[in-house]
Amino acid sequence: MLMKTALKAKFLPLFAILVFSLADAYCQSNVNNDDKNLVILFKNFFGDKPLELERLSYKGVNGEQIIPTEFKYFVSNLVLTRFDGNRYIVPQNQSYFLIKAGEDGSQKILLNVPSGKYAKLDFILGVDSLRSTMDISERTGALDVTGGMNDGMYWTWNSGYIFLKFEGLCEQLPVDFTGQKKFRYHIGGFGGVDKQSVNNIRKVELSFPHDELLLLEERKQGTIAIKADASKLLSGKTNVKIAEHPQVMFGAYSGLIADNYSSMFSLISISH
Amino acid sequence: MKGHHLASLFFLMFVFVAYRQIPSGVFEKPVNFPKPIYRIQNNNISREKVALGRALFYETLLSRDNTISCGSCHVQSSAFTQHGHDISHGIDDRLGNRNSPPIMNLAWNRTFFWDGGVFDLDLQALSPITNPVEMDEKMENIIAKLSASHKYSEGFQLAFGSREISGIKVIKALSAFMLTCVSSDAKYDSVMRHQSKFTKMEKSGFRIFRQKCAACHAEPLFTDGSFRNNGLSNKFNPDSGRVAITLDPKDRYKFRVPSLRNLSFTLPFMHDGRFKNIDQVLEHYSHGISDSPTLDPLLRRAEFMGIPLTSKEKHELKSFLKTLDDRHFITRKDLSENFNPKR
Repeated sequence: MLMKTALKAKFLPLFAILVFSLADAYCQSNVNNDDKNLVILFKNFFGDKPLELERLSYKGVNGEQIIPTEFKYFVSNLVLTRFDGNRYIVPQNQSYFLIKAGEDGSQKILLNVPSGKYAKLDFILGVDSLRSTMDISERTGALDVTGGMNDGMYWTWNSGYIFLKFEGLCEQLPVDFTGQKKFRYHIGGFGGVDKQSVNNIRKVELSFPHDELLLLEERKQGTIAIKADASKLLSGKTNVKIAEHPQVMFGAYSGLIADNYSSMFSLISISH
Repeated sequence: MKGHHLASLFFLMFVFVAYRQIPSGVFEKPVNFPKPIYRIQNNNISREKVALGRALFYETLLSRDNTISCGSCHVQSSAFTQHGHDISHGIDDRLGNRNSPPIMNLAWNRTFFWDGGVFDLDLQALSPITNPVEMDEKMENIIAKLSASHKYSEGFQLAFGSREISGIKVIKALSAFMLTCVSSDAKYDSVMRHQSKFTKMEKSGFRIFRQKCAACHAEPLFTDGSFRNNGLSNKFNPDSGRVAITLDPKDRYKFRVPSLRNLSFTLPFMHDGRFKNIDQVLEHYSHGISDSPTLDPLLRRAEFMGIPLTSKEKHELKSFLKTLDDRHFITRKDLSENFNPKR
């Protein structure tokens, strides 16, 4: 028994190396952007105006004057549905993206999608519970818990990704201990491991208009432009007054903001 | 005949591989322990990885100003706790708000920290490394510092087959080392393995333990890993424990049941280190329980609040608890900072 286990232990790394090299080869073949025939573009707004961090002041629904300083969110588990109902599921381990306002590169998702006529895009805002509990070596890129903290999108005291972060200054707030009139919304929570807890993962479904289906071909690039409206965080199902809730992090109230962000996205245009 | 040769050749290979894979000091499950919870299949615990993890555990470059290591606050002679500190004491003399728990038998932990906010050993070390009141450093800086020191490239090469340093490798190596911090050589363990016998008094204490303590402090790890409100007064410390993680009001003032192994080396006790010795703890259970809506039902009985214990029983219980002290664990050379396998 001892020897059998030892043997297994001996060959497991070899097997892992083989799998990883294959996975690596697969990723490498996809590095060339010319292969990508679909661009999903996230354009961040506050209401009708493009979102510009730290420069512009925006008026919220409650008349609050807001200067956003940070706006980031995870988009994952993308699925494209064809006109005939068939679905293309983006390979699960390559389906995690951190969109950061102010970093143009991060706002563009490039995919290689089979040719066809597409009518719908689904994704989730956040990181699914399965990936959130996987071994750390399965969480690379934007999900690397040892590197992701530099983007401040991970809680180490309560293991889990922060799905969306919205911070800024609000004229109506008193000066806090950092000497600023600052609000901080850090929304996360995948539902808990051994006991049910907050689940702020939200599904987003964007159907394309019938006269504007997405036609994808092998060598022709198509683009889906999506509006992400930060003002909706404060004005979806729940009207959120920043002055009353300047800090929303891991707590029951975060669920209301999550319900709001599920309607934050809308389709701007489809082009090909 | 040829088949026989082949069979013996395979047998020799088996023996060779088995011998190489199970060197001393690498993780082994004690015979009287259950199956580990840590997913060992995701972290091959080789001698080389443990050696790298040990070096990193005692490496001050892991802190912002290069002054403290994991080992600074988790001292082996105190069963890897911060001896004499009620609450943890970190960088720049900053104080945490809870007592630093021992690093022992972590392979059997379902969750980590007093409130169970972390569910995987591989996610645990990130917390003290980045916490502003502990080591206050970023993994990005640690990688740069380790790469610049040149001391580590061979260690990473041997442990991972490449000199390249990454955050995930640092964490996996730290986990590998911490997994070898197994305490299973207390007198209790040798009694369970029929290698020695309890004295009369220890035996009486063991009987009282099984009757009055084992429901939470389950053998052989001496914790069931659950979260309970054990009736500590929250008059001065507002820390509400587990509820911060689950947001369930029923979890208010609940903390993880700590193991009773190595009590002689891990004082003070409780999540905020409020009790200086075991006598105070026993006094708390027999006469000091504060009632609140989430108090553990085992401590709220119609006829008595807490656990009734006569002074004779306390004496016997203490005698048994001493059999959970593992001197081998706190003196094992392979867990110490200066271990040199070549010597």
